[in-house]
Amino acid sequence: MFENLSAKLQDVFKNLRNRGRLTEKDVDLALKEVRMALLEADVNFKVTKDFVASVKARAIGSAVLESLTPAQQVIKIVFEELTALMGGQSAKIAFANKPPTLVMLVGLQGSGKTTTCAKLASLLRKQGKRPMMAAADVYRPAAIKQLQVLGSQLNIEVFTLGDKADPADIAAGAVERARSFGYDTVLLDTAGRLHIDEEMMVELERIRARVSPHEVLLVVDAMTGQDAVNVATTFNERMGIDGVVLTKLDGDARGGAALSVRAVTGKPIKFVATGEKLDALEPFHPDRMSSRILGMGDVLTIIERAQEVFDEEQARQVQEKIRKQELTLDDFLKQMQDVRKMGPLDQILGMIPGLGRSKALKDLKVDEKDIGKVEAIIRSMTPGERRNPSIIDGSRKRRIAVGSGTKVQDVNALLKQFEQTRKMLKQLGEVSKHKGPLGKMPFMP
Amino acid sequence: MSPSLFSAIRAGLAKTRDALVGKIEQVFTGKAQVDEDMLEELEAVLIQADLGIKATQSIIATLREQSERGKPVDSSTAISLIQEEIVRILGEKPPTMARAESGPTVIMMVGVNGTGKTTSTGKIASMLCASGKSVVLAAADTFRAAAIEQLEVWGRRSGATVIKHQESSDPAAVAFDAFEAGRARGIDYVIVDTAGRLHTKSNLMEELKKVKRVLGRAGTGAPHETLLVVDATTGQNAIAQARVFNEAVGLTGVVLTKLDGTARGGIVVAICSEFGVPVRYVGVGEGVDDLRPFDPREFAASLVSAR
Repeated sequence: MFENLSAKLQDVFKNLRNRGRLTEKDVDLALKEVRMALLEADVNFKVTKDFVASVKARAIGSAVLESLTPAQQVIKIVFEELTALMGGQSAKIAFANKPPTLVMLVGLQGSGKTTTCAKLASLLRKQGKRPMMAAADVYRPAAIKQLQVLGSQLNIEVFTLGDKADPADIAAGAVERARSFGYDTVLLDTAGRLHIDEEMMVELERIRARVSPHEVLLVVDAMTGQDAVNVATTFNERMGIDGVVLTKLDGDARGGAALSVRAVTGKPIKFVATGEKLDALEPFHPDRMSSRILGMGDVLTIIERAQEVFDEEQARQVQEKIRKQELTLDDFLKQMQDVRKMGPLDQILGMIPGLGRSKALKDLKVDEKDIGKVEAIIRSMTPGERRNPSIIDGSRKRRIAVGSGTKVQDVNALLKQFEQTRKMLKQLGEVSKHKGPLGKMPFMP
Repeated sequence: MSPSLFSAIRAGLAKTRDALVGKIEQVFTGKAQVDEDMLEELEAVLIQADLGIKATQSIIATLREQSERGKPVDSSTAISLIQEEIVRILGEKPPTMARAESGPTVIMMVGVNGTGKTTSTGKIASMLCASGKSVVLAAADTFRAAAIEQLEVWGRRSGATVIKHQESSDPAAVAFDAFEAGRARGIDYVIVDTAGRLHTKSNLMEELKKVKRVLGRAGTGAPHETLLVVDATTGQNAIAQARVFNEAVGLTGVVLTKLDGTARGGIVVAICSEFGVPVRYVGVGEGVDDLRPFDPREFAASLVSAR
């Protein structure tokens, strides 16, 4: 997501790093690059200008120029300012003291409100809430149907009064239903609009006046350009938003909108959507995002995702097997599937410190298909072969290749890779007997 | 960031929109010649219209050159110079839409999620139907929940026939069936509405290539037009979108949607200058008839105007 911006800033600072001492002119030159990078990342013009000015003030005013590691100091300042610009700390949804909490989703057409509504419901349920959804977009053809389909996929109730009803009535009806059926959170999907559309804005205000939502979340497409500030400002002035959900961050949008929106409204980004699947919504962490922008990696997110996916007991068993060198192709397969559950591989790799900025990774396309191939090959083996790959001879290899729709070379490559991994892991197992979070990390094929 | 700076940004941006309108006039008031301040302000105006830093700097460079050559550049000439430059990039008159030599003309709609592909498909169908053409719509967005239903509503509104399969069926198969149905019934146009996909998902781009391949095998030269639907609020990422979609399926045009908001859609200038793909239509409202043929001159005027 922010990789392009991160690569640019790093190029700038690589030049700074090579210099022992910086002059004011050096700082100016670097900041000019920062400005270009931010503008190309769609950060608002005014926000960019102010950001650069404040970094410059701190860089020149402080002892940076005299410091022994001035480049480090500048990077640190940019990091801190970026984090501050995105809101400092991560913010959560404010739940009502007396349920149900009503969360209203507003935003422009096509920003992803309906999908976000479902994702958020799913996330909240994971956190132990009992959410329901309400379909108040009565204009876009089939919007209600879309929410209903998502609701049935998630097995979460969707309240609707059809597309002839008044959205304010739908909202009130939904709250009523939540009360009587014991749902503690209502997520209200509203119609998308172009914010200059007075009529629609008035309707949103009417819904708000009728049901007084506890939380109004503005859904913003990460690909939005300079207009993001107009959108955010208008919605904030008219609706008084409490937070922002940034969607479509799994593309290669540089996400400058994230910086702008927070700066103009002063309202925090609470969630980011990072994929098409319904579990691809996560809380937003400004500091992690900054370190990602600057290519420092995002280990915390990897560990969190790993903890979600891997079961402690199973991890212990695998470790034991590694230690005794009893790892089988079945374990290999299972681990690989677990890694995939953590998210798309290229996303995960991008979070590893040092990898995000490596030029090699930029060209390396992690092909999920290759992993599918490996799966197919292992699945074409007999249980005996999976336990003891050494029995696989030429004739078995041919059978496996035919069964998995691959070539004998592919089977050979996999077996070789597996053998190497096994050896490597054995060495690792002997070295590290401790069980830190990294001890639980799976290996990659 | 210090709180004071924070509130300064907020207060400043609240006025961005007002400031933008008439900004150029303000820049030029009392100035007979361009100077660096003026150029910087003009740069700001263009960047805020999403033209992107590259296109902006090339336009500003042209302007600077003119003034250095000794041509007197005052406010009105500066504005018309910028407009001329934009029109030049966009092309005076976009080439007309391709037609099939025989059988139905196939238009394939592509783009990232939420740009308005289904809506644009419906609007183009309405436009064609209103001019007496017969249209078949292919519901090849088999991924998004209720996309097929949404297209059916547009079918009823425009009078076009909708060919559909089950949700999550193969989009290429839907496109093929729609083409065959169009050919059998002697239909003029087949419009294929594909699922929104981020250009970074290589598997989804492969799927799109397959749709195109299958159409190409079904009818000579199909799809005759492949239109990228771009949301006017999109920033610089639209360039990456255009690049990848162009590489994958070869774009023949752009549909710029949602131009009725405050967004100015300057990104199409960058797309045109980089890929030479003309803008075909602009969506200027939510009504059935709010899709219009693109007029570069009108667009340039609204992008940079001293109102």
